[in-house]
Amino acid sequence: MGATDWIEIGRMDDLARLDTPMHRLDARAKIIVTLAFIGVVMSFPPHALSALTPFLFFPLVLIYGARIPMGPIVKKILLAMPFALAVGIFNPFLDRRPVLAIGPVTITGGWMSFTSILVRFLLTAGAALALVACTGMVRLASALGQLGVPRVFVVQLLFLHRYLFVVAQEGRNVLRSVTLRSSGTRSLNLGVYGSLTGNLLLRSMDRATRVYRAMMARGFDGEIRLVHPHQVRWIDGAFIAGWLAFFALGRTWNLAGGLGHWLTGVIP
Amino acid sequence: MHIPDGFLDPKVATGLFGSAVVVLAYSAARVRAAATAVAPAMVLATAGKKAANFALGARRVLTDEGERTIYKMGMVAALVFAAQMFNFPIGSGTSGHLIGGVFAAVILGPFAGSIVIAAVLVVQSFFFADGGLLALGCNMFNMGFFPAFVAYPLIYRIIARGQPGSLRVGVATIAASVVGLQLGAFGVVLQTLVSGISELPFHTFVLMMLPIHLAIGAVEGLATVAVVSFIARARPEALPTSPLPGTATGIRPILAGLAIAAMVIGGAASWFASTHPDGLEWSIARVTGAESVEAPESGVHQRLAGLQEQTAFLPDYGFKQAEPGIATTIPAGPEPDPWPSINAGTSVSGIVGGVLTLILATLAGMALRTRTTSVVPHNL
Repeated sequence: MGATDWIEIGRMDDLARLDTPMHRLDARAKIIVTLAFIGVVMSFPPHALSALTPFLFFPLVLIYGARIPMGPIVKKILLAMPFALAVGIFNPFLDRRPVLAIGPVTITGGWMSFTSILVRFLLTAGAALALVACTGMVRLASALGQLGVPRVFVVQLLFLHRYLFVVAQEGRNVLRSVTLRSSGTRSLNLGVYGSLTGNLLLRSMDRATRVYRAMMARGFDGEIRLVHPHQVRWIDGAFIAGWLAFFALGRTWNLAGGLGHWLTGVIP
Repeated sequence: MHIPDGFLDPKVATGLFGSAVVVLAYSAARVRAAATAVAPAMVLATAGKKAANFALGARRVLTDEGERTIYKMGMVAALVFAAQMFNFPIGSGTSGHLIGGVFAAVILGPFAGSIVIAAVLVVQSFFFADGGLLALGCNMFNMGFFPAFVAYPLIYRIIARGQPGSLRVGVATIAASVVGLQLGAFGVVLQTLVSGISELPFHTFVLMMLPIHLAIGAVEGLATVAVVSFIARARPEALPTSPLPGTATGIRPILAGLAIAAMVIGGAASWFASTHPDGLEWSIARVTGAESVEAPESGVHQRLAGLQEQTAFLPDYGFKQAEPGIATTIPAGPEPDPWPSINAGTSVSGIVGGVLTLILATLAGMALRTRTTSVVPHNL
């Protein structure tokens, strides 16, 4: 994880400050629908592929509806992809049953399940990132609190989100001074590593203490107030009901397969 | 080590998610009890610490020590993130850094430590797609529960006697890190295999995961020792000298750890037993089967066994009989006819439908985008 990743967190926060119909939806509704979406996508059998395609609607509607640029989302998904590739890449070699034929080309079960893993990863990771980008950490955290997550944990999430920037700035200073003093050698020995990382923690703790005191002195009472107060509207209920119905439909019938049958006229 | 959502069966994911929520709630209750005191009404009326009302409910207020604990937790969480900026070389081009499970438990105690790791995992999955949302339960177990509630009380606290920085404490830290990561890696293997999405045989997967995490664990142990002993030298008061309020002394954390482990394992096992009577049996059969048949790529028997395992473990999936031969389904007869009837026509129709749906989804999204861009400025 490089130093630039923190800028990306800031980018997600910027996106979350936009004002679109997607942003205005209640955060709880978005969390519930996203979790349901992920659960349904995960529940497909290992070789499902065309039946998964209709599920692309959900992340795309969130992303386009919230005017989130595609670039950062795609970049994050690609960066997180290695684990999915590492575990899934063995499937084509382990499962060589032919399951599909397009003219002379036969496709094996292994390739199907490998592709299916990648599609699932794309869908679930895309939905999670879209949720964060159109909601933002503060609203997500307070929604989690309303959904019954312990407050100690919610406060931790908010602290972590805020302190990341503090630590990252201190870390960048430390790294810069190491680079300046070590005249081109890039290696740290274990002792130096320990003192650098320990120093980073102590320095950031001091700075966080100062920030916290300053906030207390200015009347911070622990509550982060939102510009848009939460008001559950009918549209939030409709959002939940509509998507859940769509997921149930897409899970029960292969919508894409049905469309293909209808178009190519090979109705069984 | 972060499992994404795509690899897990929803039953495995939600089962462990539920268990992780229980552990988290219990940890939160312990931290809250340790960080607060019941406030007399007068103190509540005059105290400057209104934050307590938000964080902890109206009747209890943060003690000074508790206030330090709360924001120390935030800092440790941020550090666990940021420590990945710094690497030290191990040799032959590889390098290591702090990962954090044991570190957080040593600095904060197991309860606060596991909350910190959970928070880190949530932010990683929110902002970096590193680990899935429903997979959070599994990841919290592998990276938070095992180091904080198994490795820390059963290894670190038993071996470590003496000042931080001493050899004994160093050995304890490294041993705890290694064991914590091994357990976590084994957890990844079990959860993925029981889910049945990956085709990797058990022994290959174990051989892939455990040795590498042995090395990573040793490196993490060294990094943790280095950081903790620096803090012990530079600012000893930042370390818990007397056991932290939440951690209690002696045998209690061990008992607590064991009790939680038993509860969770029992809960998870009975849960599996109720929904899928053959779930564990399946994984065991798969293990023994994998041992007896060495070559994974050949043999009709192996393929049949693979198909049977899939059909046995996922009996209620899909509409296998309804539309045989579509791209998405493998017609699943448990016996004689293992091959799906390949029909180019239906295969093509599956592909056509899939591609068309993708296009439709994209077009719908774009239509939505143009609509919202025209609507939003009006609302602004």
